[in-house]
Amino acid sequence: MADSTTEKTKTSPAETVSLMAVVAPAVGWLIPGGGHLIQKRWIRGALLFVSIVTLFLLGLAMQGRIYKANGGDILDILGFVGNVGAGGLYIMTLALDWGQVAIAFATADYGTKFMIVAGLLNFISIADAYHIAIGKKQ
Amino acid sequence: MTITLNHFSAAAVFALFASIVFGITHRETTREMVRYGLYCFVMFLGGVLLAGWAMWILRR
Repeated sequence: MADSTTEKTKTSPAETVSLMAVVAPAVGWLIPGGGHLIQKRWIRGALLFVSIVTLFLLGLAMQGRIYKANGGDILDILGFVGNVGAGGLYIMTLALDWGQVAIAFATADYGTKFMIVAGLLNFISIADAYHIAIGKKQ
Repeated sequence: MTITLNHFSAAAVFALFASIVFGITHRETTREMVRYGLYCFVMFLGGVLLAGWAMWILRR
């Protein structure tokens, strides 16, 4: 009887893996590198966080533009897809109404590309966190 | 706060952070990650320098 109770409370390795396979990418999207951090890959997670967040914030500081969902133009939609990869940073930027200035000089255009690339790099980071969660990578 | 980077420093910053992410996500062991990250960084900057010289030659 006692054994059946303890068996119910225990989670099997397969269940843990499948739960982590959902949670890690979600956390990784919201906080760059977070998917690695919750799987105790501290150094990798910290490096990913610093790299992606710095690239995104530099883009903002360079007066880069943030794309919104209803851009209309196909390039605007692609820009939005890139931006949305940054997850929490993108949400925060929209909430604070940053990145809305018109691009007036070349550096600002670099800033826009920095933010898109930060989001795309975060997509790669999310995929890596997923591979760690399913045991495909150490 | 506004930051103004010139072309090369923007490319160098981009290469640095992209290489770190590529290194971590594309390789298995720490040693391989460092090596691949350095390889990507050199390739990014090498590509920038090559493209720069190519444009300089075309412009002449």
